[in-house]
Amino acid sequence: MADDVMARPASTVRAGTRRRPGRRSEQWAAWGFLLPVVTYLAAFYAYPLYRNLDLSLRHYTVRSFVQGGAPFSGLDNYRAVVQNATFGPALLHTVLFTGVSLIFQFGIGMALAVFFVNHFPLSGTLRALFLVPWLLPLIVSASTWSWMLNSDSGVVNWTLGLLGLDPVNWLTSPTWALTSVIIANIWIGIPFNLVVLHSGLQAIPTDIYEAAELDGASGWQRFRRVTFPLLRPVSAITLLLGLVYTLKVFDIIWIMTKGGPADSSTTFATWSYRFSFGNLLPQFGPGAAVGNLLILMAFAFGLLYIRIQRRQQS
Amino acid sequence: MTRSVKTLTGLALTAIMLFPVYWMINVSFTRDTDMRHEPPHLFPVHGTLEGYRAVLDQQGPYLGTSLLIGLGTVVLTLVLSAPAGYSLAKLRPAGGGVLSFVLLMAQMIPGIIMAMGFYAVYLRLGVLNSAAGLVLADSTIAVPFGVLIFTAFMSGIPDDLMNAAVVDGAGRFRTFWSIVLPVSRNAIVTVGLFTFLWAWSDFVFATTLDGGGSQQPITLGIYHYIGNNNQQWNAIMATAVIASIPATLLLILAQRYVAAGITAGAVKD
Repeated sequence: MADDVMARPASTVRAGTRRRPGRRSEQWAAWGFLLPVVTYLAAFYAYPLYRNLDLSLRHYTVRSFVQGGAPFSGLDNYRAVVQNATFGPALLHTVLFTGVSLIFQFGIGMALAVFFVNHFPLSGTLRALFLVPWLLPLIVSASTWSWMLNSDSGVVNWTLGLLGLDPVNWLTSPTWALTSVIIANIWIGIPFNLVVLHSGLQAIPTDIYEAAELDGASGWQRFRRVTFPLLRPVSAITLLLGLVYTLKVFDIIWIMTKGGPADSSTTFATWSYRFSFGNLLPQFGPGAAVGNLLILMAFAFGLLYIRIQRRQQS
Repeated sequence: MTRSVKTLTGLALTAIMLFPVYWMINVSFTRDTDMRHEPPHLFPVHGTLEGYRAVLDQQGPYLGTSLLIGLGTVVLTLVLSAPAGYSLAKLRPAGGGVLSFVLLMAQMIPGIIMAMGFYAVYLRLGVLNSAAGLVLADSTIAVPFGVLIFTAFMSGIPDDLMNAAVVDGAGRFRTFWSIVLPVSRNAIVTVGLFTFLWAWSDFVFATTLDGGGSQQPITLGIYHYIGNNNQQWNAIMATAVIASIPATLLLILAQRYVAAGITAGAVKD
């Protein structure tokens, strides 16, 4: 029952909430159960976010950060951030990192989902093993990839050498740093795409395939004419969720390259962190401003995700 | 493709996918002197445990702290999200739809931004560099997910089950405690497992809120290792292997919960 219920949570959530509100005493009970989480949301989501907004609208120094009393500076921080020389590259890297990661994660995830949809000996076990990259702590994955991509002693460059290719300074050259973190991020994101698309594939009735096969459709045709259209709703959801979660990736980039060398792998997430925590002299105002721009991007796609999900359910 | 060819292909694909994991284990057993060997040893031929010895000597406290933080975060998350899920699923609160929406959006806020807000708040309150502060911060990764899972699961509990309890004179809380919670075991396990894993894996909050304290989690232990002794990669990878144990156990013991959790619109930073 658990798996069945959890496979489509949002529909049941809404089925539960759309009903008419109950009597007054029931309302007290209902909100009594919600009180802890609402208090919690206010204290540990809303307030930190408010502090962040406040940080971005004032001119803070280290002193006023501790003692308060920073002067209001309007949109100065945002203006400074947009005019900063790093803004353009950071935006470009954020778009590239997110876009390229998504394309490969989704493409490989889809191919694997199709591969795993028919049962064969060991298929369950192997599919479970594919979850490993997603479950590992990001610091583990990031440090493992760092060592594999090491210029002098990394196994990746050694493999390139076997193929007759020149070694690449993966993490230390501005040309390759962004590619390196994207590769690691794709590896981490494949399992999520595989699992969600696989469950979507299983929901497609098999008699549709059998009908297509009887009509003489080849494997590729069946995928293009049957699977892909029927999987479009699930695909949209997977891609949008992936987008929101990739936008906020920080750990992998920071651990592998710290956004460098020379901003070559800086995204909004690492840039924001570097303003606030990466220098000896923290610049909380600009850091918060970059962070809030990132929230706006995440929310824009998040709202799109929720809209599409609701439309599919009605 | 015949079934055995498919199995062979599957094995090959899995081997490629898991190569980094194998490499981590391989390096963790490699001697310092072989670390930059050309060509690299594909198997730990002159295997050593010096990496693991270094971990046991130096990383013990970090592991203990991570365990503590993980368990604390699980308790806090369950206490907050199970009652909320019950209310949203069964008690029809006015404004429940808005709350569900807020929770969905909350999941989308980048952790790094939450961390900056927390930093400002914690500095004032004086709870920087404490395990309790990290428990609170880590729970923000898991609470929206927890409410989502509990709401979905509890919506599936038949109303008759609860009505029977009410007829017997049980109050809302009794019903929740002795009827709803026991049958929600699967949801509790799913939320608990994911919460533990996220808290155990957290790096963003740890590095911003706990960079200078004496109670630091294992993710920072690894991070300091990378920063300090760049040469001792067997020790770094040995720590990484040990830090991966919870994920491995989770996969072995609770596979079906993992797949269910991911499909439920799962989240990860």
